[in-house]
Amino acid sequence: MARLTNRRGIRWWRGAVAAVAGLYFLVPLACSVLFTVDVPGQGFTLSAYTGILGASGFTGSLLLTLELAAATIVLVLGLLVPALLAARLGAPRLRPLLEVVCSLPLVVPSVALVAGYSGVLRWGPQYLSRTPLFQTFVAVQNADFPVVLVLAYTVMSLPLAYRALDAGMRAVDVRTLMEAARSCGASPVRAVFQAVLPNLRGALMNAGFLTLALVLGEYTVGALLGFRPFAVWIVGIGGSQAQLSVAVSVLSLLLTWALLLVFAAAGRPRTRIPRRALAKAAPALVPQESAS
Amino acid sequence: MTVEFRALHKSFGATKALDGLDLTAHQGELLALLGPSGCGKTTALRMLAGFEKPDSGQVLVDGEDISDVPAHRRDAGMVFQAYSLFPHLTAADNVAFGLRMRKVGAAERRSRAAELLELVGLPQHADRYPHQMSGGQQQRVALARALALRPKVLLLDEPLSALDAKVRVQLREEIRRLQQELAITTVFVTHDQEEALSTADRVAVMRDGRLEQCAGPAELYDTPSTPFVAEFVGTMNRLPGRASGDGSVEVLGQRLPVRGDAGTAGAVDVLVRPEAVDATADEDGSARVTATAFHGAVTRLTVALADGTTVKADIPSHRASGLAAGASATVTLPERPVLVEARAA
Repeated sequence: MARLTNRRGIRWWRGAVAAVAGLYFLVPLACSVLFTVDVPGQGFTLSAYTGILGASGFTGSLLLTLELAAATIVLVLGLLVPALLAARLGAPRLRPLLEVVCSLPLVVPSVALVAGYSGVLRWGPQYLSRTPLFQTFVAVQNADFPVVLVLAYTVMSLPLAYRALDAGMRAVDVRTLMEAARSCGASPVRAVFQAVLPNLRGALMNAGFLTLALVLGEYTVGALLGFRPFAVWIVGIGGSQAQLSVAVSVLSLLLTWALLLVFAAAGRPRTRIPRRALAKAAPALVPQESAS
Repeated sequence: MTVEFRALHKSFGATKALDGLDLTAHQGELLALLGPSGCGKTTALRMLAGFEKPDSGQVLVDGEDISDVPAHRRDAGMVFQAYSLFPHLTAADNVAFGLRMRKVGAAERRSRAAELLELVGLPQHADRYPHQMSGGQQQRVALARALALRPKVLLLDEPLSALDAKVRVQLREEIRRLQQELAITTVFVTHDQEEALSTADRVAVMRDGRLEQCAGPAELYDTPSTPFVAEFVGTMNRLPGRASGDGSVEVLGQRLPVRGDAGTAGAVDVLVRPEAVDATADEDGSARVTATAFHGAVTRLTVALADGTTVKADIPSHRASGLAAGASATVTLPERPVLVEARAA
């Protein structure tokens, strides 16, 4: 059979592609790690990594970024999920519009976005100094928790979150699930929460993760508006302590991976065949004494 | 529980889905809505379920207008075409979903779900997720789920269309058995005439958003009231004839009474079922057998008449031996009233 004769060829190609891709990603990473542990004149040392925790601003900026990420995820999902569901169930003709709106941030570079933001932030207080809105402008720029960054990140992560959610909604028949739940006596709200959202878990997790990754790595907006989230801190520290800043980058990469794994594990649908059912269907497959 | 559609109208943009539908399903009966796609049968069912609102007209259940009752408060269980089970729940949890919505306690939910899975013949699949079951098993679970709240009406929206032929026949017999056992008023939407005729008490044939005829399967087949019904249900021959306007028609050299609209005069098509057409081997016959197909007890002949019209005739197989392809034959009709339709000029 053609398939059998081809298999070896396919495997060979797979290996080659994996090797090239692996080299492309791993060589720079390995070089980074090497750079952080092999300091000229000192030999092998982990001082760059041990120094991270002690470096001023590390914990603060990392916590700030994680808080911003959490707020952004909540806001993005809170905006997009109802909008996408409504468009899918009630007004399918609005979907292209929604897609265009959500894709706009891809076309507007973040530098342009931040230029607009700083313009408004400068203009607003001048004209509104005598109104209660003045306090609003002060509050959104609070350096402890700059709401304005959450707003900017939300806009920037719309395209990513939209794609993730849209793909998830394509994979399940949202309308039928809604109607099935409603014919089982669920009100529209309960139908969404108990029949639709549980089946979008993977998509919600994906959207959340992409947003998190974006916020973790976002530099432009934070730096230009004068705040100090994690990415800005890394660049700042890089000027004075080269090893330390690369070590932080390596660590943040590992952190992102770890978070990705957590999200992926949490988003995986429960496909495990329950032991009881399996034992009944095929007793021979189930060892009598389970190891777990 | 009686369900009644009264003068239902519904348009989707420029398309008229329902154009004045009047129809009643009686207590405990299985009523099939049959028709080509786009005839409005699914729209009618969705109106009964509460997923569509009529533009005008009423949906009555036991004489009460339920047009303003939201879908989740209607006492109707529904089985959808396919893949409507909640993928994140096991079979038992799917069945118990409605009970959970009604805040029934966990213990009672579990026992009721087990009881229903038993009823549809899947007690051992309680812990399976939908993707671990075959299409037929999924539809059985969906049926159990629809029955969980003891609804007064069961709605079936082409529940068998995604299944393969063997499972389809099995499941439709099972649906019929359950429906009779529970004596539940059931509306069954299908485009498959065999399915409708074999399971339903009455079949409502729909066309362009209106009811063409609603009758028992035998009546629908034997005495269709319109040419559309005649051709949609079963196979139908169209033979050229000439109606005299006094209630008789001349066809194949015979004079037969016209059933229904007797006033038609002039060139008509006479509608006859293959089993009503008789063909005999006849060397002087003007007709010629062009093909034969053996169906066991009967053989279906395709016969070309002298004027080029093709006729299908089902004759007992033991008489078909002299009627191979190419043989000359004579075609006759029984002395029974026939349905005619004025020929489009």
